[in-house]
Amino acid sequence: MAAEPDSQTETAADESTGETESLTLVQAVRDGLHTEMSRDEDVVVMGEDVGKNGGVFRATEGLYDEFGENRVIDTPLAESGIVGTAIGMAAYGMRPVPEMQFLGFIYPAFDQIVSHAARLRTRSRGRFTCPMVIRAPYGGGIRAPEHHSESSEAMFVHQPGLKVVIPSTPYDAKGLLASAIRSPDPVLFLEPKLIYRAFREDVPSESYEVPLGEAAVRREGSDVSVYTWGAMTRPTLEAAENLESEGIDAEVIDLRTLSPLDEETIVDSFEKTGRAAVVHEAPKTGGLGAEIAATLQEESLLYQEAPVERVTGFDTPFPLYALEDYYLPEAARIEDGIRNAAEF
Amino acid sequence: MDNSPQSISPPSVDVGVDPISQGDVEIETYQVVRPDGSFDADRVPDVDDEALRDLYRWMLLQRVYDNRATKLQRRGRLGTVASGRGQEAAIIGSGFALSQDDWIFPYGREAGALLMHGLSMRDLLLYWRGIEDASKMEGANIFGMAISIGSHIPLATGKAWGMQLAGEESIAFANLGDGATSTGAFHEGMNFAGVLDAPAVYFCQNNQYAISLPFEKQTNADTVAQKALAYGVDGIRVDGNDVLAVYNAVSKARERALEGNPVLVEAVTYRRGAHTTSDDPTRYRSEEEVDEWEKRDPLERYQAFLEETGRWDDIDEEAIREEVEEEFSAAVDAADEFEERGIEEIFSYLHEETPPELQRQLEEFRELLEERPDMYEYIETRPKG
Ligand SMILES: Cc1ncc(C[n+]2csc(CCOP(=O)(O)OP(=O)(O)O)c2C)c(N)n1
Ligand SMILES: [Mg+2]
Repeated sequence: MAAEPDSQTETAADESTGETESLTLVQAVRDGLHTEMSRDEDVVVMGEDVGKNGGVFRATEGLYDEFGENRVIDTPLAESGIVGTAIGMAAYGMRPVPEMQFLGFIYPAFDQIVSHAARLRTRSRGRFTCPMVIRAPYGGGIRAPEHHSESSEAMFVHQPGLKVVIPSTPYDAKGLLASAIRSPDPVLFLEPKLIYRAFREDVPSESYEVPLGEAAVRREGSDVSVYTWGAMTRPTLEAAENLESEGIDAEVIDLRTLSPLDEETIVDSFEKTGRAAVVHEAPKTGGLGAEIAATLQEESLLYQEAPVERVTGFDTPFPLYALEDYYLPEAARIEDGIRNAAEF
Repeated sequence: MDNSPQSISPPSVDVGVDPISQGDVEIETYQVVRPDGSFDADRVPDVDDEALRDLYRWMLLQRVYDNRATKLQRRGRLGTVASGRGQEAAIIGSGFALSQDDWIFPYGREAGALLMHGLSMRDLLLYWRGIEDASKMEGANIFGMAISIGSHIPLATGKAWGMQLAGEESIAFANLGDGATSTGAFHEGMNFAGVLDAPAVYFCQNNQYAISLPFEKQTNADTVAQKALAYGVDGIRVDGNDVLAVYNAVSKARERALEGNPVLVEAVTYRRGAHTTSDDPTRYRSEEEVDEWEKRDPLERYQAFLEETGRWDDIDEEAIREEVEEEFSAAVDAADEFEERGIEEIFSYLHEETPPELQRQLEEFRELLEERPDMYEYIETRPKG
C-alpha cells in the first residue's frame, strides 16, 4: 500500500499548540469552513444542498445548524447564478465560498468566472475585488455517472486572475482552504473526492494557514523529480516506493497550488535530478504537464538529461465507470513513466 | 446625505401603478380522477380497455423496475439509481401519449417511458452499469441522458425545430425536474422554442424537491406552469399522480406542439424515495410529509378508477406483477451476459477519424496492457474511493 503523504511534518511543525483531531480530507474541508466562518462573519457558504443536507459529500455538515440560513445558503439549481451572485457579494465585501456540487457542473458558471471573477480587480482598476473561493470536488474513481469525474483544472489555470488550489491531505485541505478564503482574489479550490475518506490525518483544531503557491516535497529522492497533485499523489508515492527496489530513487512533489506554480521548488528539484515525470489524471494535451515541461526547459535546459515523461489521462472524455479504472493513471503506469525518465 | 433627485419621497396619491404579481393569473391543476377514485366522466380519454389496462401494467413495471434496480445497486451490481417512486403516473401517462417517432430527451427517472419508447431494459441497466455501448440508446428515438441538469432543453428545441423544417409530424419531448427550471439553459431553450414555434413539449415533473431543496426555495413563482407565459409558449398544470390526467394533458400538449405551439407542462407530483441511492432524505424532510403523499399513491388511485368502472375484475394483478418481475430478471441476465468491449470504447467515438496523437495513445495503452497482464489484475483490484 502507498505510504501516506505526511504533510504535517512538512508544513505544520511549530504551528500547533496541541489540540488535534484525526480527520479525513472531507472532514478537514468542513473543519476549515467552520474555523473560517467562526473567525470572520463575512464568510458565507452557498450552493446546492449545502445547507440542511450538509452537502452531498457532507463537506458542510452541521454548518447550517450552527450559522443559520443566511450564512449557509441553499441556492436554486443554477451554477451560473450561484457564482454570479457570489461575485456580487464579494464585490460588496463579503467572502463567499460557493460550492459546485461536482466540477463537471461548473461550466454554466464559466462565463461568470472568466468574464467577471477573474478580472473584476483589473477591469475596475482595483476598485472592486473578488475574494471568493469556489469549491468543487473533482476527479474520477468513485463509480459515478457521466460528468461526475472530470479533472478540468487546466482550463482554469489558463485563466489569468484566478488561483487554482488542490490539496492532497487533510492537513493541507484545512490550511489551504484558510489561505484561499483569506486571499483577496478569487480561488478555485478543487477537492480530490476519490480520497475524501481514504485516510485520516491529525489536523490541528485551531486555525492555521498553508500558504498558497508553495509545493510540498512528499518524498525526497535523487534520480527523478515526479510532479503531481490531488488524488494522484498517493499512487505516485506508491510507484516511487516500488521503484526503490530497482534502485530508482524518485522525488515526489505535490504541487498543491497549480496557479501560480511554485517554480522554485519545481526547478530546484529538477536541477538536482535532471530527470522529470508529471502525473495527472486530466487529459494529456494542453494539460499542466505541458506547462511544467516548458518551465523546466526555460529554466533548466542545461540540467536536462531525459525527455519529461507525462503520465496522464487520455485525450478523451472521462469514460463511464465500467472503464474508469483503465482511464486513470495507476501505480503501474506511473512506475513505467518514472522508469522511462530514469533510464533514458 | 443622499442628494439624488430620486430620494424625494414618493407622492402619497395613487398614480395608478399596479405591478403584476404572484397570484394574478389563476392556474388550474387539471385532474380526471380524484384521490378517492371518483372521476369526471367527461374527461376519461377515449381509449379502449386494453389501453387502460396497459397503463396500469406500465405503472406497475415502473414501480417494480425502481424497486429491483435499487436492490441491485445495494448489492453492488448497478451504479447510482434515481428512482421514480411516486412519479409513476407522470412518467407513464406522459410516455403513453407519445408516438414512437417523437424524440425523448430523458433526465433519468423515466425508465418506463423509455422502455415504452422502444429501449431494451437490458440496455437501460447497462447504461446505469456504466457501460459505454448502452449510451447509444439503440432502437429508440431517445437522446442521451441529461445528467447535466437543464442542459438538454435547448437541444430539444433545436431538434424540434429541425423536425419541423423537415416537415416531420413528430415532436421533441423533454423530461425535466423542478430543479432544472432554474438553469439558464432552461430559460434560453424555452425562449427559443417560443420564438421558433418549435414542435416541442417540455414536461416538468415537479416532484417538490431537487435533492434537498424544496420547490418553494427553487423559485418564488407559485407554479412552474405560469412560466410558460413569460416565454410565449402554452402552459398546462396537471395532477401528476393522476395517470389519465397526465395522459390527456400531454396528448393535448403534443397536438398543440404539432401546430407550432410549444407547451410547458407541469406535473405536480412527489419524489417518495431518496433522490438517488446515495441520498438520505431524512436529513431534510419529515416522515409525515412522505406519509401524506403516500396516501396519494398513483397506482392506488388508478386502481380505484378501474374498480369504479368495473374494469379491475378483468385485470389479474398478480399475473402482471409476475410478468414484469420476470421481465426484469431476464434483463439482468442479459446484462450480465453482455460482453464488455475493451478500452477501444474510450477512444473510438471522438472523431469520425481518430487523430494520430489519440491513435498513438490508444496503441501505447494497448501494448502496455498486452505486455503487462498483471495490469488488468491491478486495475480490477485497485481500491475504490
Ligand atoms: C448542472 C447540474 N448541477 C448539479 C447537478 C447535481 N444534481 C443532480 S440531480 C440534482 C437535482 C435535480 O432536481 P430536479 O431537477 O428537481 O430533478 P429530480 O431529481 O427531482 O427529478 C442535482 C442538483 C447536476 N446533475 N447538474
Ligand atoms: Mg425535483
